[in-house]
Amino acid sequence: MPEAMLERVKTQPKKKSEFLRVLKQLSYNKMAMLGLVIFVTELILVLLAPLIAPYNYTAMDTAAIREAPSLTHWFGTDDLGRDILSRILYGGRFSLTMGIFSIMISATYGAVIGSIAGYFGGRVDNVIMRLLDIIQSLPGMLLTIVISTVLGAGYLNTILALSVNGIPGQARMLRAQMMKNRGAEYVEAAQSINCSKARIIASHLFPNSFSPLIVQMTMGVANMILMASSLSFIGLGVQPPQPEWGAMLSGARQFIRSSPHMVIFPGLAIAITILALNLMGDGLRDALDPKLKK
Amino acid sequence: MIPIILGVAILVFTLMTFCPGDPASIILGSSATEEDLQAMNEQLGLNKPFLVRLGVFLRDTFFRFDLGTSYLTRISIVDSIKEYLPRTMILTIATMLISVTLALPFGIMAATHQGRWQDHLSMVFALIGISIPSFWLALLLILLFSVKLKWLPAMGIGGIQYYILPALSGSLGGVAGLARQTRSSMLDVIRADYITTARAKGVSEFKVITRHALKNALIPIITVVGTQFGKHLGGTMVIETIFGIPGMGQFIITGVNQRDYPVVQSGAIFLAAVFSICMLAVDLLYAAADPRIKAQYAGKRRKVKEHA
Repeated sequence: MPEAMLERVKTQPKKKSEFLRVLKQLSYNKMAMLGLVIFVTELILVLLAPLIAPYNYTAMDTAAIREAPSLTHWFGTDDLGRDILSRILYGGRFSLTMGIFSIMISATYGAVIGSIAGYFGGRVDNVIMRLLDIIQSLPGMLLTIVISTVLGAGYLNTILALSVNGIPGQARMLRAQMMKNRGAEYVEAAQSINCSKARIIASHLFPNSFSPLIVQMTMGVANMILMASSLSFIGLGVQPPQPEWGAMLSGARQFIRSSPHMVIFPGLAIAITILALNLMGDGLRDALDPKLKK
Repeated sequence: MIPIILGVAILVFTLMTFCPGDPASIILGSSATEEDLQAMNEQLGLNKPFLVRLGVFLRDTFFRFDLGTSYLTRISIVDSIKEYLPRTMILTIATMLISVTLALPFGIMAATHQGRWQDHLSMVFALIGISIPSFWLALLLILLFSVKLKWLPAMGIGGIQYYILPALSGSLGGVAGLARQTRSSMLDVIRADYITTARAKGVSEFKVITRHALKNALIPIITVVGTQFGKHLGGTMVIETIFGIPGMGQFIITGVNQRDYPVVQSGAIFLAAVFSICMLAVDLLYAAADPRIKAQYAGKRRKVKEHA
């Protein structure tokens, strides 16, 4: 870049990015930051599971079956003598990614469907919303169970089942935003210069509509992780011997009388993750709320 | 509502036709011969085209109230549902009642003491409540009350003591969500002029909160109660399997595990119908809580008069 131009860029008043403003607002919120730190730490831990985990998560030690927590096995061992800490670390890979991927898929489809319904309105909107009504009139858990039954258990199928379940919520959110914004002047301006509809939706309306979607996605990840572990718990979802948190809890159930540590630690892992995500979601909601804008 | 239940029936039936596994071989077992399988398919009508089967299914379900029989036990599904549904409903309603009776005071307390320790305590409690998976809480409660203290039974059905732990473990998440909603919608109304007016004319604080503030804050709270009902209905299914309560949840989940598809299909449709009826009840509650909404449904003539 030539010297003069660089100078001009420097002297221009700095454009205040909405993103930076939100980040700044978020950084003031201690609880949200705590949530973020916990979640990122968890992500790093499960990513580096092969380096951190003290044992192989499949290694069985018949001499140490259902051992209480000790220095050699921090979280104790399970009914096959496998180290629970290592299993939780690897299990996080399933639980966290299931939550994140399923929300990403459902948000993508939800955003597309919601945008179309919200922008066009009228009959298109009516048909789409009635279809979503049908999906939503099945209680969430039930729908996921039915879809998992059809697709069969397993990691990818569970993600799909969870995603379908999440689509209506995301679509509704974006539709409401689109309807609110579609009468705005910048949309009219874009229409007047003969912008294509797809372009108006994608590059004008969407960026102005998606901030509530971010909050809903953060909370949604928590919800999805919860549902995924419930599914594994009742025997759908990720199958043992894979160390998913819900599946671990399900396997530990019958030993609750003699070895409560097998039940406590995987559940604690789920609870902490959900807590962190909820803290983040709350903080984001406050940061994005225009009412609280300073 | 009826089109929605019809839609759900079509959706679930269509989904179920993609299920892996051949029903005839599930019923007859692996020792069945090819002719037996053919005959069974004939008997079940499975060799007919999809649309015909869908039509037959819808006719049986909605006009004859015949949901078919289980593949494995050969018991009529309607009879099974008659037996199982009350337990699920008792549990779900108990869960709802616990969460509403706990959440409202918590939320109101948080709102009236905004920024003080009562508020923080309630909200921390709510946050923790949302974060604890209900099935884990159920296990922990069993650990405490059944294994350690031996106060309450861990499994099975019987008297009311068998429903305490399941309802408690199911309700915590609901308490938390509802308390938050109560707090925020109470905060919305509590600074309104009519609250000040009520206080100024000497209405007691309790009456101000319950009659003037809560009544106006009720609509969003009812909405959350309605959506939570669906969540509880689904959550109860998981809770039932932990506490060994033979209800709809266990019925459906056993059906899933044994590939007993008619059970899953009818169970799902039935629960969806129950859920829609409850959502309808919520809509009616709106009208009861808010005279403005009631006025919308009132006769057209009155509406015109009001607008004039």
